Amino acid sequence: MAQLSRSPIAVFPGRFTEADACRLLWRGGFGPQPGQATELAALGLDGAVASLTRPAGPARLIGAPPHNDKGQALDPINVWGDDHCWWLDRMVRSNQQLIERMTLIWHSWFATSEQASNAALMIRQNWMMRSHVLGSFHQLLLDVTKDPAMLLWLDGSSNNKYSPNENYGREMLELFTLGADRGYDQDDVHQNARALTGWTNEWSQESGPTDFHFDPTLHDDGVKTIFGQRGRFTWVDSCRLAVHHSSHPSFFVNKLWGYFVGEPISASDARALERTYVEAGFEIRPIVEAILRHPAFYEGARLVIPPVVFCAGMLRASRQTIVTTDWSWVAQETGQVLFQPPNVSGWNYADWLDTARWAGRLIAVNTALEDRTINTNSVHYPSGETPSQAVANALHYWGEPTLSARTRANLEEFSRRVQRGITATWEVLPYREIRQNALRALIPMTPDWQTA
Amino acid sequence: MTDRPTPDPLLTPNRPSVSNCCDGFSRSQAIRSVLAAGRAPVDREWDPRMPTPAGVRIDRRRLLLGAAGGLLSVYGAGRLGLTDRVLGDGIAQAAANQSSTSPILVSVFLQGGVDSLALLGPAGDPTYVKLRPTLAVPATSGLSLREDPSLYWHPSASSFSQLHNAGQVTLIPGIGYTDPDMSHFTSRHYWEVGVTDAELETGWLGRYLDVVGSPTNPFQGLSMDGQMNPTLATAKNPVAAIDQPDNFSMYINGVWGGAFEWAMDSASSLGDAQRHSHDPAIAQVAQAASEVGIVRRTLKPFVNANGGPAYTSPVTYPTSVASDFPQRLAGLAAMIAAGVPLRCVALTTDSQFDTHSAQVGTFDPGIKLAADSLAAFQADLEARGIADRVLVHVWSEFGRRAQENGSNGTDHGAAGTGLLIGSRVAGGMLGEFPSLGNLDANGNQVENVDYRGVYCSLLEQWFDQDAAAVIPGARSFPRYQILGTGAVTTSTTATTTTPTLPLGLKRS
Repeated sequence: MAQLSRSPIAVFPGRFTEADACRLLWRGGFGPQPGQATELAALGLDGAVASLTRPAGPARLIGAPPHNDKGQALDPINVWGDDHCWWLDRMVRSNQQLIERMTLIWHSWFATSEQASNAALMIRQNWMMRSHVLGSFHQLLLDVTKDPAMLLWLDGSSNNKYSPNENYGREMLELFTLGADRGYDQDDVHQNARALTGWTNEWSQESGPTDFHFDPTLHDDGVKTIFGQRGRFTWVDSCRLAVHHSSHPSFFVNKLWGYFVGEPISASDARALERTYVEAGFEIRPIVEAILRHPAFYEGARLVIPPVVFCAGMLRASRQTIVTTDWSWVAQETGQVLFQPPNVSGWNYADWLDTARWAGRLIAVNTALEDRTINTNSVHYPSGETPSQAVANALHYWGEPTLSARTRANLEEFSRRVQRGITATWEVLPYREIRQNALRALIPMTPDWQTA
Repeated sequence: MTDRPTPDPLLTPNRPSVSNCCDGFSRSQAIRSVLAAGRAPVDREWDPRMPTPAGVRIDRRRLLLGAAGGLLSVYGAGRLGLTDRVLGDGIAQAAANQSSTSPILVSVFLQGGVDSLALLGPAGDPTYVKLRPTLAVPATSGLSLREDPSLYWHPSASSFSQLHNAGQVTLIPGIGYTDPDMSHFTSRHYWEVGVTDAELETGWLGRYLDVVGSPTNPFQGLSMDGQMNPTLATAKNPVAAIDQPDNFSMYINGVWGGAFEWAMDSASSLGDAQRHSHDPAIAQVAQAASEVGIVRRTLKPFVNANGGPAYTSPVTYPTSVASDFPQRLAGLAAMIAAGVPLRCVALTTDSQFDTHSAQVGTFDPGIKLAADSLAAFQADLEARGIADRVLVHVWSEFGRRAQENGSNGTDHGAAGTGLLIGSRVAGGMLGEFPSLGNLDANGNQVENVDYRGVYCSLLEQWFDQDAAAVIPGARSFPRYQILGTGAVTTSTTATTTTPTLPLGLKRS
């Protein structure tokens, strides 16, 4: 097992239990497969974290490849919605869960929507981000800045010396590296936009935007003053100046922390992580490894799991893969469509639910149970199943998730109520199957399951 | 697999398809459905020459609301950062503020291009009979027009004839615009945005709502097509669409009856118990679950056990296996009576009037359902004592070719027929029946009433709104007498009970 980097902040001191492993899998991946939390707990905290942050070799996708409702392979470039399902499949099947989870974080951090480009360019961006997930943030920023989907999304390829466009230059500082009004002003934005000029692309009748390249004749090579420094800055300098800005480390640490932990980072922990980040040359991995071992990660408040994690998690827990592209429109109902963040600031991780998105999650549960619905005329279903056994069987279906006593009691009460409620003779036979179908749907809808 | 939302309108149209419409019409319908659902069309279906329908770029949020029984899609809420709570309060406030005489405009789109010369024909004109060997309206229809007895209504449009004779329909037999565009997609877009501009992304009623509307009441612009009607696309204020009830009722696979109700109760009671949890994540999930329970309880009086409407109508609406258009109108009348704060409403018929072949098989039942439904709606409003508040504007994207084609059908034309329906309309005719002796170079009827002039007149006379703030170039269009000159009666509420507004979003 590879060695973890030394953590500059507190490390969770307790025994690393199955519940802790479970939380690690929900926050650092897409939830446990049955038995996976037990295996991970056996590795201890450091071993478990290293298995996520330092996977060996290329990722493997384990299990049956995804297909659409007709059994055909997905066509993520050409068929609407297949791009969502393509990535959802990686979330379900990849044996490098944190890599996918970090890619999702960068997708929201550098939120780009395919509404400005197309699926081919979004998937190209997705691979680019995946290649940098735990590497250098500086390098990631450079590659994002010249990424075709981003160049279209924030008008980078419309930004030239003749008509400067500040869109990317502003969001780069405000949303990607420094935070709003943290040590820069409108003049810095303007000068930064000048430095970023020169990227352009062609348009072809057949394939739309194409041939993204830097054209020196479109670049403003005059002297700019950015953050008080003067020079004939280019896009490369722009990225360098942003990550070396004194506001960047605290922005980076705070924002990354917020994706993993439910409460704010303490000032001293933040300072320590900022120092490590800078000393490590803007490497992401040491910071992630420290956060994943911090006591607040395991002992702090719970987090609502994002919709796409919810969907992938149900498939993992029930050992299923993608057999329907319904997942793409289900995503719309749940409020998170991959490659279509709501705006340039990404998804709001503090607000995942309201009545309509709750109803959307129920649709997702039905989709996950689609092929597993118990036939109410089944002759094989155990006819002597008691209310408690019914709850236990439903929990077993989902890989024995841990529920609070209150939630467990609620399910038991429902189970008894169904049995008490039998009045019609036609109900006597199928009620156990109906009850089991209902319990399986109720478990992922509980606050316990939807938070980690 | 019958009880779930339709995944992709391109693959599974949820409306019965008709075989006699043109490929361009089917394609434009499919693409519009996909766009309205917030998706981008698959590249090969997209023709870049098509104008983007108004409003497809507006963000969509879905809310559960009690009124009208179903799921409400709110457009533009994200743009304003509105939460459920602000919207719920905003709707309630708008309902409280509206007066019993607040005017409501209902835009009804007869999709596909209604054949004016089949709706209304100069039965005795030899030119007409020559142009229409199989599709001429016969004088035996007996439904001659009061203003011009040489014109006869189609027998299937007898409800329009009756309303017209009662002074409740203003007939516009030659409405359109100069340089008519014969593409469904483009011409419809022009009508929706109220200007012949392919680029405009706001509907004409949407722009009106941006001028006078509220930033928190999405009901002010209500689409009853299950998706946003582009006529209502705003740039600023939120508008809403009611999904069809069968597109939204919560379900669990393999669970029904009492067990389903208990399961939902179980989920919401777990929510009730934990909505104030000290853990904010638990509280967020629990609060949503708890509110779903509140909405379900609120909905109960409005939705029957089969998911259908629980309200009753004072009149009988037509029924059709192929269309819920009459039921949507019935629901609209009930909503107006219940005090839902509406200003502009848009509906599209399910019947498609793109009759390139075997026209009688679709035009006749289609126009009959539209006419009978709108007549029932008018009678319903009168019975409820709210008819003076409502004006219905009926339109289609174009008329059809004067000469019928070789397939017992008609091809795309230019000028068409429009109708204004209501207790307060002027009645009679606006403009004149376009002469068959004066067809344009394509053999189409020539318009003599400009649709933008009608829009300007509606804004000024019905809404008391300066049209220049809504319709570009408003001054250049003629104005028409929309409302009757007789004494305007104010609405008197027939019942003594206060209308109640069944909203499910008020928090305890």
